[in-house]
Amino acid sequence: MKTLVKIKVNGVRHEHEVEPRVLLVHFLRDHCKLTGTHVGCETSICGACTILLDGKAVKSCTMFAVQADGSEITTVEGLARDGQLHPVQEGFWECHGLQCGYCTPGMIMSAVELLGKNPKPTREEIACGIEGNLCRCTGYSHIIDAIEFAAKKMAKKGAK
Amino acid sequence: MAAATKKYVGQPLKRVEDPRLIKGIATYIDDMTLPGMLHVAFLRSPYAHAKINSINTDAAKALPGVIGVFTGAEVNDKCGVVPCASQMPDLKNPNHKVLAGGRAYFVGHAVAVVVATDRYVARDALDLIEVDYEPLPAVSDPQKALEKNSPLTHPELGSNTAFTWTLANGDIDAAFKQADRVVHQCMIHQRLTPMAIEPRGCIASHHPGEGTMTLWTSTQIPHLIRTLLPGMIGVAENKLRIVAPEVGGGFGSKLNLYAEEALCCHLAMRLGAPVKWIETRRENAMSTIHGRDQIADYEIAVKKDGTLLGIKSRTIADLGSYLQLLTPAIPTLTGLMLGGCYKCKAVRMDVTGVYTNKMATDAYRGAGRPEATYAIERMMDVIADELGLDPIKVRQKNFPKPGEFPFNTPTGLTYDSGNYQGALKKAQQLVGWEKLLKQRDTARKAGKLFGIGISTYVEICALGPSKMMAAGGWEWGCVRIEMSAKVTVITGTTPHGQGQETSFAQIVADRLGVPIEDIVVMRGDTAVAHYGRDTYGSRATAVGGSAIVMCIDKLVAKGKILAAHLLRTKPNKIEFRDGNFFIKGSPKKSVTWKQLAPESYLAKNIPPNFEPGFEASSFFEPSNCTYPFGTHIVAVQIDRETGEVTFVKYTAVDDCGPQINPLLVEGQVQGGIAHSLGQVLFERTVYDENAQLITGEFMDYAMPRAKDIPEYLLGSTVTPSPSNPLGIKGVGEAGTIGATPAIANAVIDALSPLGIRHLDLPLLPEKIWKAIQQAKGSQK
Repeated sequence: MKTLVKIKVNGVRHEHEVEPRVLLVHFLRDHCKLTGTHVGCETSICGACTILLDGKAVKSCTMFAVQADGSEITTVEGLARDGQLHPVQEGFWECHGLQCGYCTPGMIMSAVELLGKNPKPTREEIACGIEGNLCRCTGYSHIIDAIEFAAKKMAKKGAK
Repeated sequence: MAAATKKYVGQPLKRVEDPRLIKGIATYIDDMTLPGMLHVAFLRSPYAHAKINSINTDAAKALPGVIGVFTGAEVNDKCGVVPCASQMPDLKNPNHKVLAGGRAYFVGHAVAVVVATDRYVARDALDLIEVDYEPLPAVSDPQKALEKNSPLTHPELGSNTAFTWTLANGDIDAAFKQADRVVHQCMIHQRLTPMAIEPRGCIASHHPGEGTMTLWTSTQIPHLIRTLLPGMIGVAENKLRIVAPEVGGGFGSKLNLYAEEALCCHLAMRLGAPVKWIETRRENAMSTIHGRDQIADYEIAVKKDGTLLGIKSRTIADLGSYLQLLTPAIPTLTGLMLGGCYKCKAVRMDVTGVYTNKMATDAYRGAGRPEATYAIERMMDVIADELGLDPIKVRQKNFPKPGEFPFNTPTGLTYDSGNYQGALKKAQQLVGWEKLLKQRDTARKAGKLFGIGISTYVEICALGPSKMMAAGGWEWGCVRIEMSAKVTVITGTTPHGQGQETSFAQIVADRLGVPIEDIVVMRGDTAVAHYGRDTYGSRATAVGGSAIVMCIDKLVAKGKILAAHLLRTKPNKIEFRDGNFFIKGSPKKSVTWKQLAPESYLAKNIPPNFEPGFEASSFFEPSNCTYPFGTHIVAVQIDRETGEVTFVKYTAVDDCGPQINPLLVEGQVQGGIAHSLGQVLFERTVYDENAQLITGEFMDYAMPRAKDIPEYLLGSTVTPSPSNPLGIKGVGEAGTIGATPAIANAVIDALSPLGIRHLDLPLLPEKIWKAIQQAKGSQK
């Protein structure tokens, strides 16, 4: 039996008939064809699948699509606006905050949520803020640099 | 003449590959879909050792959406055995088939495969397969596996000993006779799981009309797979195309040809449809290679002034239950690096490779060298402690001097170049050595457990001369100046996060004198990069970059011929600088690639016998490996009440030769250190006494998170390697090799006032706390 699930993803309405057991991450990847959100562990430990669900960072591998019915979701594909990278994306690029890039979309989404809640985090607060995301390549230092970079850039923008 | 172009080499440029990755529009294996594609799932043994009496697949086959269910009996005679490239004398090989036959011999051993129209249905079908297992005794401890009455991993081999290997040089008996002291320590290098965040996966597509096969797979080695796969699936090399799309981390775990890759190719041919398999994390933990797992017993003969005379090691290497590509070779790499960065005339290492009912071990970041470095650097501290000497002075006493390179080691290697004293001195300056010693004194006086650890390491990289490598150690490259003067660079290496799309473009931009924006670097597809030996052993830039340099030299030579023709002079009168070909002494009479490229392709005004086009390809054969080195200095403090370790300082000075892009070098070093930090403080792959896997998920396998990472103070020295034209030594594994002993030495130094001289890794708070309690007890 399939259920109609309606979700607004990156400002675009998506309606698909899916089995109730379909994971939100598979709804995004297989049905909405947005493959930027990755699956790393299927147990909500690694955070590669992190998205923003009604503004909150959520691990989409351990949530059913039906649970997200009626919500608004932002995925990594929805961050850049009019060809302009989001400051967090810029930070990751500027500071070499990624190597293989697999954890990166989830890491970026967690950082976006973190900076929304705490626009001026210390390095320690950043490290704690991304503790739900695993990276096996970078050793995290450059990721923390990237998020610091984004915080400064966003503060400047805000001041203008 | 145009203004001199910007020099790109040496600049910390941000990466060309990043925009697609940060926007979420890169294509990893699971992001691909082919028309009519079917989905594959594997049923895996929950037992470490079991006889398979029967498998009933009827119910699974009857499930709507299931296309086929296959067992070993149906596929094993159609696919060859999983290849092992390390041919050692007397090696016993159990011939690992793509699926288990009558017996499963490790947890995770695939016993059946389902193909279905949907990945959910494929997984449902696994639950409907009935396997009648008859559990057999299993062995997980390699020392017990060597005992007479141990269960046998492979009864047909008659014992659990896979091989024995000895490396001996110099008069070891004399060295031990002359010794003032023999220092002894046994050390365990625990088993680790590489845990790339992207699990493995592949898509196989057969094209019956042409008889060709395309395999997209998350791998570090598409070219080696193209060499090895024909033996498994019966499709000829020239009918195989292997593509590594975007690869989400490897660390050695994707330096292999796995059973699943061959079986997916077979299923695609058999079913006439493309098939996709994506590994789950649980499968990744149990059936992708593991690393380390050595037990090493060291004896070192020393003079009382700390001079090393001889090193003896007896090592048991736990191979797991079968051989993957390089399984038996890993402990031999440990042997080659036995002496570290020290002079020592006599060595002997005896390795026993042992089968146990566990996943195979193979190359995990560092691959045998972290084991060697950890052991020798721990031993240097133990020696200093026993002789009452300064651990730094013991190291300095035994370093070869910069003038002694190339330095021949007793293990048969020739270290290319080095200045170990220089890196050590720089690290001491950077960390503020004298101040740090005072800080330790003050902390200790206040009753704190404060320790300083050091490691002066050397590693072997840029593998390597072909005589050392089973399938050749050269690298291939191709550079094409297109008709538009845009530049296409193709490398036979297969970067998967290291950033060579950027660093190779930097090399090419400088040497051809073209803007970096005009360069595209392609990799990872055997239809594009015709030859290659891929990415592992920190070889890509040193060996692959050198092949690119050879191509550029050929193109410049060819450019001079055409420029001379156009400028009506002789080629030997032409000079090339910053993208301009000009007549010596008259720089105004010049042409650029923009003029030469179309002339060469249109070929209407070319000299006689001039071959049109501007493309060069090259195989670079290195004359030697490279030997990067450095010093890591770590200070830690330990909480007496909890046993928890906190970093106070982390300084590393690495010498990887000239750096193409220091930002990428820093990323490699930091990432490498994180793997070490994991090994020292948290990580361990645990099998229980029945060889049941306990650490089968991220939930059970503790890896470092952002808050566990210290603030780094990083530096470098630059000692070029004579082994390649770029002088590059390589840096992909340096962090993982140099850091482990430095962190461990710091922890043990912190505990040394309590009389503790060694603890095995990982140094979990519980283990440290227990050691503190025990030491307290014995002091009473």
